[in-house]
Amino acid sequence: MKIIENVSRRGFLQGALASGVFVLGARLVPDALWAADEPAAPAPLLPSLWMAIAADGTVTIVAHRSEMGCGSRTALPLVLADELGADWKRVKIEQALGDPKYGGQDTDGSHSVRDSFDLMRETGAAAKLMLIRAAAVKWGVPENECGVSEPHFVTHKASGRRVGFGELAEAAAGLPVPKREDLKLNPRSAWRYIGKDNNVLYDLPDMLTGKAVFGMDAKMDGMAYASIEHPPVLGGTIKSLDDKEALKVAGVKQTVTIDTFKPPHMFQPLGGVAVIADNTWAAFQGRKKLKIDWEHGPHAAYNSDQYRKTLAETARKPGGHVVRSIGDVDAEFVKGGKIIEAEYYAPHLAHASMEPPVAVVDVRDGKATCWAPTQNPQEVQNTLSSVLGIKKEDVACHVTLLGGGFGRKSKPDQVAEAAVLSKKLGKPVKVVWTREDDIRCDFYHSVAAMYMKAAVGENGMPTAWLQRSVFPPIDSTFTAGAQYGDGEMDLGWADVPFDLPNHRAENGPADFHVRIGWLRSVDNIYHAFAMHSFADELAHNAGKDSVEYLLALIGPDRKIDFTGSKFTNYGASFDQYPYDTARLKRVVQMAAEKAGWGKRKMGKGRGLGIAAHRSFLTYVATVVEVEVDGKGQVGIPSVWTAVDAGTVVSPDNVRNQFEGAAVFGTSLALFSEITATNGVINQNNFGNYRLTRMNRAPKHVDVQIVDSEAPPAGAGEPGVPPFAPALFNAVFAATGKRVREMPLAKTKLV
Amino acid sequence: MIRFKVNGKEKTFDGDPEMPLLWYLRDVLGLTGTKFGCGVSMCGACTVHKDGEAIRSCTTALKDVSGAEITTIEGIAVMHPVQKAWMEIKVPQCGYCQTGQIMQAISLLKDNKHPSDEDINNAMTGNLCRCGTYQRIRAAIHQAAKEMA
Repeated sequence: MKIIENVSRRGFLQGALASGVFVLGARLVPDALWAADEPAAPAPLLPSLWMAIAADGTVTIVAHRSEMGCGSRTALPLVLADELGADWKRVKIEQALGDPKYGGQDTDGSHSVRDSFDLMRETGAAAKLMLIRAAAVKWGVPENECGVSEPHFVTHKASGRRVGFGELAEAAAGLPVPKREDLKLNPRSAWRYIGKDNNVLYDLPDMLTGKAVFGMDAKMDGMAYASIEHPPVLGGTIKSLDDKEALKVAGVKQTVTIDTFKPPHMFQPLGGVAVIADNTWAAFQGRKKLKIDWEHGPHAAYNSDQYRKTLAETARKPGGHVVRSIGDVDAEFVKGGKIIEAEYYAPHLAHASMEPPVAVVDVRDGKATCWAPTQNPQEVQNTLSSVLGIKKEDVACHVTLLGGGFGRKSKPDQVAEAAVLSKKLGKPVKVVWTREDDIRCDFYHSVAAMYMKAAVGENGMPTAWLQRSVFPPIDSTFTAGAQYGDGEMDLGWADVPFDLPNHRAENGPADFHVRIGWLRSVDNIYHAFAMHSFADELAHNAGKDSVEYLLALIGPDRKIDFTGSKFTNYGASFDQYPYDTARLKRVVQMAAEKAGWGKRKMGKGRGLGIAAHRSFLTYVATVVEVEVDGKGQVGIPSVWTAVDAGTVVSPDNVRNQFEGAAVFGTSLALFSEITATNGVINQNNFGNYRLTRMNRAPKHVDVQIVDSEAPPAGAGEPGVPPFAPALFNAVFAATGKRVREMPLAKTKLV
Repeated sequence: MIRFKVNGKEKTFDGDPEMPLLWYLRDVLGLTGTKFGCGVSMCGACTVHKDGEAIRSCTTALKDVSGAEITTIEGIAVMHPVQKAWMEIKVPQCGYCQTGQIMQAISLLKDNKHPSDEDINNAMTGNLCRCGTYQRIRAAIHQAAKEMA
């Protein structure tokens, strides 16, 4: 499973630093792509995989994770710089190419900071110690009398001497790399950047002036532009093609047929007809003139209305995979007493990052060079290696900034398309997807049906809780015919945090008919929707306050024992990252208090709702306030979120992530839905695939971050899951209507 | 032959007059600060100024800019108070839509020195941000308005 990939940090550091690789001997990034006024970096003198110090003191730090808006490209170098004692103003970041020597580079699953926090600290500390040792030798004093008491200088307190990093770099580079046990990491009290509010994205100025280079802006000399007419139904093939009119369009050079993939589709090109032209516009125009007769293939019978019924029926039936079981729910259900059932539904979603999929690739002499806005350059290497039949090492993948990713850009099918075309044409090719391509040919977030059943005791608390979830799994992208989401059960289904004497979580089978992929917070979206809507239903059934009931449901402070469940804790150890109910309850209390829960007078049509969810090892509680007007339109005056993400590198950026998660959550809760008729996606652009605009966004999002010394956890995704259930619970509070399907826009509230 | 100005410089174009300004700016002039997002005027990532007014360059044919003065993000004198406010409030996440947001905001503040929240909604609702930075965009516009007053 890509989502929970984990890297062994300790083993990796030894490989990286102990070998003293001199990787930064040349610029990693050719001048051609980046701002031309940037001076060429002087030859670096400090040997390491991750950083270099030039004679003028410029510290170059490698960003090995991609920047798609979550801040990893800034956060990780910032951690290294802090530990090194560098002055951030004298730090340059260079983006790594895809290369396994960096360990995992997949910027996904909210794990970049968690994966690399210790490594960045240790790397910075090792380099600092080498500088200190070089200074000690220079001055002939013991190394323990030297330190970095002012940024970018080694100082000797007794004599008042100081020497800059740049001056020491050459001597330091010649020293052996320190052993880990000799490193002294800075105490938290000495952190200058980690956890500080004034950290700024490295690329911020360029983003505001148009200088930032996204994948859409990448160029290679002599490149051709391509736009591809994909099969309208997944797996479709061409029966006949007439490209005469297309070739008459000014600027169009030729058309190229791309073979449809052989299952499983993975990240292979979808197939279709590429129009090759002098510029993007000509390629788009030529494409409109293509006449293609398609053989639609096996998915032409996919109709999402019918499919929805099938999912719901499966969800009502026992017999799926059991992913967690406590006690005996069946025995409890036959005892009699009150039984509550509910069914929930959530549709397919498209990622719709503002920058559509795009890539530039040059294939020549059995090697490929590409520029791509990718979340995972090593996956680009894998995919191109397989599609082109060349070695992985012969794929050079440069990573640009990403105009949003949300999981879509972990999947390099458009890079593979450009590679196939470049190989055929013998020149660099830029493939540009239109918005229509993006919406109609995505790796969609799964449609899902959930069935919930509880037996409740006299106090209104559940004595048994059964839940069944059915959706076409992500595994169907990698394994033809996969029907179960076993590897996805981490994502809000095998980890229900409630104190339940009898509990069973199941996953039923479903066939795929479109490409399925992960989207920001993945299954947590629909699982949290079902779990936390149902919890709120039980609270109302018990006649109790939703917050009080939720806290009682979570139960006593404990580290949850997941023995026997499929929950793997997002690949993290339970020792380092226990599921701690005290932390979950704390964020519930913080969000509720800030929202004035129970103290505010809610007017007519107004209501508050709450949900609390741990995902990607981060605890989040969200209170949403809705205002439903006379026409049934839902406004969101306020959102209060409390977050415990452990140690946070850049708090303001984390706040931005959670503000954004509320907007992303508003889109999926209120507006967005992908449907299909006869295998063809019905939506094609922002007119019918609706996203939140400013006028419908939450007016005010308040984010509180728990001050924590726990190890760092995720920040990009965890804000999304609790939002929709909190909103639907608020709609119930405001209107008395319990809506059990997303998006809300499909239900008339008035 | 179509004649117009881009960021103060004279330009002539004798290709397909239906070609949208966006692709001329990006593919011909190499001014890539103006972004492609939807191609149908529904996201605002391609916003530029035509004679000072915000337009969507993805659906503005070159024949319709004849004689006009086009300003792109590259033609805005750095740091404009709007960019400065964006910087101070740390608006962007991925940054892709932000040049379009900034061009739209500059145009709003030219016509309306003290926009209300409602005015800002009306002016900015055509500019999508998938990362969801609307709250900061609104705050930055208010701050820039103060700075420019």
